[in-house]
Amino acid sequence: MAEVPQRQAYGMALAEYGDVNPDVVVLDADVSSSTLTKYFADRHPSRFFNLGVTEASMVNVGVGLALSGRIPFVNTFAALLTLRACEQIRTCVAYANANVKLIGGYAGLSDYKDGPTHFAINDVALMRAMPNVVVIAPADNIEAARMVRAIAEHEGPVYMRISRAAVPDVFGPDHQVHIGKGIMLRSGNDVTIIGSGSMMGRCVRAADQLVAEGVSVRLLNIHTLKPLDVDLICQAAEETGALVTAEDHSVIGGLGGAVAEALGRCCPAVLEYVGLQDTFAGTGLDTESLMDAWGLAVQDIVNAARRAMERKARRR
Amino acid sequence: MHAHTDSLISELQERARQIRLDTLDMVYRRQAGHPGGSFSAAEILAALYFHHLKIDPTNPRWPERDRFILSKGHAAAALYAALARRGYFPVEDLAKWGHLDGHLQGHPDRVKTPGVEMSSGFLGHGLSVAVGMALAQRLGGPRYHIYVLMSDGCMQSGVAWEGALAAAKYRCHEVTVIMDYNDVQLDGAAHDIMPLEPLIDKWKAFGFAVLEINGHNLRQVLDALDEALEIHSMPTVILAHTTKGKGVSFMENTALWHGAVPNSEQYAQARAELLGGV
Repeated sequence: MAEVPQRQAYGMALAEYGDVNPDVVVLDADVSSSTLTKYFADRHPSRFFNLGVTEASMVNVGVGLALSGRIPFVNTFAALLTLRACEQIRTCVAYANANVKLIGGYAGLSDYKDGPTHFAINDVALMRAMPNVVVIAPADNIEAARMVRAIAEHEGPVYMRISRAAVPDVFGPDHQVHIGKGIMLRSGNDVTIIGSGSMMGRCVRAADQLVAEGVSVRLLNIHTLKPLDVDLICQAAEETGALVTAEDHSVIGGLGGAVAEALGRCCPAVLEYVGLQDTFAGTGLDTESLMDAWGLAVQDIVNAARRAMERKARRR
Repeated sequence: MHAHTDSLISELQERARQIRLDTLDMVYRRQAGHPGGSFSAAEILAALYFHHLKIDPTNPRWPERDRFILSKGHAAAALYAALARRGYFPVEDLAKWGHLDGHLQGHPDRVKTPGVEMSSGFLGHGLSVAVGMALAQRLGGPRYHIYVLMSDGCMQSGVAWEGALAAAKYRCHEVTVIMDYNDVQLDGAAHDIMPLEPLIDKWKAFGFAVLEINGHNLRQVLDALDEALEIHSMPTVILAHTTKGKGVSFMENTALWHGAVPNSEQYAQARAELLGGV
């Protein structure tokens, strides 16, 4: 298991990247000690701006910086960012095609103690529907850290969601990320598990469990939710015929929705969805048990894979 | 501050009249648009684009250019007229406003139209974008001034006041807000729909220097723009009292002409009135 929360990996990587890219500026909305942009603030105080609880205005301030040649990373809780500043993101970031990096901390259910008001369970759906905006959900600490440079070097608006929690390591220190490219972690032909973000570690465990039972499992990591790696997903659909998506998000409009849209175009296949089943969750005592309680457990992924394989068998 | 010559004033009056004539033609031809709030801003746009702004139409992205953000994006026609007449694109393009094969969108689009600094449409965004442009200067690079044209409608939106908070916090003296305060909005008088008064007190309380002018008096507009550049401790708002639909008798001070299109008789009369007086 990872030693540090994903937000910490992101915060440290951002502060370090600030050393090598002087154009990077960081904005936060009074939650820098939570998003951990305070690491950047401590290291590069002249390039850090705390805008207070003005999420909508903060996004626009980021736009002004971007239109003046800077690379702003605009940070707050994912739910606040994508909901309070939704119109600013639409008009001033997406429509104006401003080079703003929107970073949603506390994604999914990871803010377990604050409960559903603070959960971001539809941020991916909202951001995916924004033209021009790339949408990213890093799987682990390594990927969160690597994404800092990748999205800074991508010309154009990006939304990235980061978990508050410690998430299991999926990748090693040599891992490289390429925006828009999914990653096949395991090849197999019976069923494909497609994971994203903080669900990836659980997907690995679910795949391990199924493999131990003799199932040939294909495992994909989709860190870029838009643009989606349609080729990789459609190949999996053609070669395995049964798929499961797993995400720390509503099953509507997130990874599951994106995969369904892709399959509808290329290769309709059996698809099961692990995620929040169009419901608000509740408050919990820790992220892990909260995710388990709301249908995001390893066993939920395993069960979904079995259902997918059964449905595939019935079609034949 | 220097006195502005009579010849400059009359030249800019002619520019304002041209902006109104172009706007009228554009709205009538396209059968859509917002003449009222375009006419109220004509002198302000004329003063900015034909005298005050440090710009180069042949090089729209010149790094040292002053920035102008039309926060009240529904006055797009007036901005397009100013940009075209200033040489950012051919005047003939104005006839293609809203056409599928033109580059002029219903509201300003920075991606498609040369000279448009910021896309706008929904009200209230401009000030906070300007704050970001001001903060960028603190980090080095070219120096420039940022102008934001806001409406009374803009100032009813929360994001505008959030932007005012940030402008004050960072003492953004590089930012000058020009408030085209015509007190008329889509559904009626602003003072009935959602009153802003006491507006000077509010701007001052938010940390702005406030200059109050008649927004149709070009000498006052030019003097205020100059004066704002001399204020180095805080952002400035030029509260410009204006008349919605200014220059066309039947349009003046009526909410109807916020977004209405004249019929052929009204068009002819409006054109005659605009051509008749300076």
